[in-house]
Amino acid sequence: MMRYTKWTSSGRPWIWLNAAAIAISILMVVGLVSLLAVRGLSYFWPSDVMQARYSSSDSDGSELSMQVVGEVVEIESVPSSQVIAAGIEVSENQELIQRVLLKQGNRDFFNEDFIWLLDDSIEEIQYPSELVTLERQEWGNFYGKLHQLKENGIVVGTAANSEAVNWSDFSARLERVYAIRGQITEIENAEIQGINFRTNQLRLDVRELEVSGDMTEQRRLQLASQRLVLQSEYENQRQRLLGLNDQIMRDDAEFIVAGGEIVTIKFAAIVRAYRPNQLSIAGKFKVFLSKLGEFLSAEPREANTEGGVFPAIFGTVMMVLLMSVFVTPFGVIAAVYLREYAKQGITTKIIRISVNNLAGVPSIVYGVFGLGFFIYIIGGEIDQLFYSEALPAPTFGTPGLLWASLTLALLTLPVVIVATEEGLARIPRSVREASLALGATKFETLWRVVLPMASPAMMTGLILAVARAAGEVAPLMLVGVVKLAPSLPLDGNYPYLHLDQKFMHLGFHIYDVGFQSSNIEAAKPLVFATAFLLVAVIAALNLSAVSLRNHLREKYKSLEA
Amino acid sequence: MSKLKPGSDVVAAKPDSNFLREQFDGHTPSLGKELPRCLEVENLSLSYTRGKKALNSINLYIAKQRVTAFIGPSGCGKSSLLRCFNRMNDLIDDCVIEGAIRLEGEDIYQKSVEVAELRRRVGMVFQKPNPFPKTVYENVAYGLRIQGLRSKRKLDEIVEESLVAAALWDEVKDRLHDNALSLSGGQQQRLVIARTIAVQPEVLLLDEPASSLDPVSTLKIEELISELKESYTIVIVTHNMQQAARVSDYTAFLNMGNMVEFDTTDRLFTNPSEKQTEDYITGRYG
Repeated sequence: MMRYTKWTSSGRPWIWLNAAAIAISILMVVGLVSLLAVRGLSYFWPSDVMQARYSSSDSDGSELSMQVVGEVVEIESVPSSQVIAAGIEVSENQELIQRVLLKQGNRDFFNEDFIWLLDDSIEEIQYPSELVTLERQEWGNFYGKLHQLKENGIVVGTAANSEAVNWSDFSARLERVYAIRGQITEIENAEIQGINFRTNQLRLDVRELEVSGDMTEQRRLQLASQRLVLQSEYENQRQRLLGLNDQIMRDDAEFIVAGGEIVTIKFAAIVRAYRPNQLSIAGKFKVFLSKLGEFLSAEPREANTEGGVFPAIFGTVMMVLLMSVFVTPFGVIAAVYLREYAKQGITTKIIRISVNNLAGVPSIVYGVFGLGFFIYIIGGEIDQLFYSEALPAPTFGTPGLLWASLTLALLTLPVVIVATEEGLARIPRSVREASLALGATKFETLWRVVLPMASPAMMTGLILAVARAAGEVAPLMLVGVVKLAPSLPLDGNYPYLHLDQKFMHLGFHIYDVGFQSSNIEAAKPLVFATAFLLVAVIAALNLSAVSLRNHLREKYKSLEA
Repeated sequence: MSKLKPGSDVVAAKPDSNFLREQFDGHTPSLGKELPRCLEVENLSLSYTRGKKALNSINLYIAKQRVTAFIGPSGCGKSSLLRCFNRMNDLIDDCVIEGAIRLEGEDIYQKSVEVAELRRRVGMVFQKPNPFPKTVYENVAYGLRIQGLRSKRKLDEIVEESLVAAALWDEVKDRLHDNALSLSGGQQQRLVIARTIAVQPEVLLLDEPASSLDPVSTLKIEELISELKESYTIVIVTHNMQQAARVSDYTAFLNMGNMVEFDTTDRLFTNPSEKQTEDYITGRYG
């Protein structure tokens, strides 16, 4: 008993308790991040493609034997009763049965691109080196063996050609397709979008003149000639596009799929091709980097289940930056008034409690508020006043980047206010008195001494705000985030930053891909990858704010420090 | 170095004790016409909380270009009195001040007085060194920049003069652009003095300027005070009686918010007229 009391009063249990709490927190964070990283990043790793024979017998006695080709995605153990209930015959001696999820791809030729196979029934497992994995614009992955190549429908080379020769020819033709595709994207994104933008501007100019009644014959002619110029420009680009489209459709490749059938794949449909079973580790790493690069820099395809998430990264960062621009000055000014100027009393207490309570309001409520107040009232008013030529199509009276940033700024305002207030309260009285004693007014003291010294605290507030805003999804669905945005909110067309545009967001992307997509198995790894990316983006935003804060702290370290 | 406070017509000589004996008369001393008064305090009362006076009808005069010391036990109101001279007590809510303080004949508690300008004229050095977390140079230039001085040449000049006057120049001339917080405590306190005299005040209020410093730094500050009194009127609050005896010309002894005795330092320490004063300076107090 005595020893126990001594042990407790030594404070050691307390230290152990604290250490345990920290250890558990770290474990959970590391666990979560590594789960996301492993499940997310493994999606980009080119896994080997298996070829095997699968024979199973149904409960009605029919025997099934087929060749399967694909990537093993997952192996799991299930109780045999579950398998039997699914109508598959297995020996009842076994309690657990291993089953394998095989990604057999070829969604356009087979019914399902993911199938469950019983491990015991898989035989003759091989990894033939000539198996090709194709990533395609549509229909997901394709697995097969290269048979022969066709140019304009005519077979190139002979069947006698070795696989290696065929493959090098295939690669060369694929390179050509990539080059043409690059040109097409260039024309579509830069040229045609610019023309569309200017055409739309011209249309709005015409409407504005018509609405205001300033349309003269001379102006009408002028505008009409401008439109003709744009139209001919557009026609030009369209012809170029058509020509390129003809070129890109020139080549076909024939593949043998599982089961021996020969199918034709257009080169134009291929995004990436590799033979995973004969890639070295370095070669696989190259493919991994290329896929990761695509994920980070390309636009999504196939209802967001393939391709990249660049617009979502861009939208998230853009929105968070804009939010910071709104929330920091607003929060700081509010905190300065509350702490420095307002007479401390019951009113300031009530305001403080209200501000703290605001932080606890569910974020969706902010979304509804943003929709009702910012979009319908303010946005609608802005449209009436400044964009009447575009009506009834709304410009700002519809969800968009500006409103989303403002809504999140409102959502994170309490954090900034509280942090700034605490920072202001920590500035020693002696420094304020020093400044006042030198003949500075209260404002000069605030501006030259107190605010710079409180800037690290403001940064802390901003860091917390960014962390909260970047991960917020619910209110954004109401005020500006969409599943697929046609263009980025920042581009080369005046006024460059399009605050009225809708944008994509990583958080919403996770929700959309994970829970709204029709092909869950195909989308699953993307959910992990996107979640990992979102965590990384938030960490990057935070780290830059933290380093800025540390710099400020060093600069304005207070007297006590 | 040019004199920072030019144009003073007062001869800086210690008045002989005979002359002063004529001038002082118990608790309501008058310094006579011969010694120009810088600050006059008349019936000054101060309370921080309603009905509880921290200062009780104080009357005294601060002579120009002399050092006046306020001594007394902790909580006697000496710092409160000092902070009335530059209206630092304005910062405290619920602080009520009655009576008058006249700077060069003008009541500083009148509505028409601009507090910022008053504080420029009446500089203050605090108990703990409180440099801004800026460079040494910016600390000294702070008050000047507040006044709108932009010229780099002029700023350089005044910063140097002030640092020389505060006996700090030689120690910091190579690190003007280092953070002021990297200086030692004694250096910081002299930097604060340099910062204060850079704006050329008429009066320097020193609130226990050496209480947080080591003996060597204290000695330096005391030497500095003796030098500065040629150009400034200095009021110093100290709880160190030896220090008051060493640096001041006049001393006021305060106790419980009352001014017990005000006299020349020599007289107050050698021949106090009040029992309370004697008890305090001989260490028999409470």
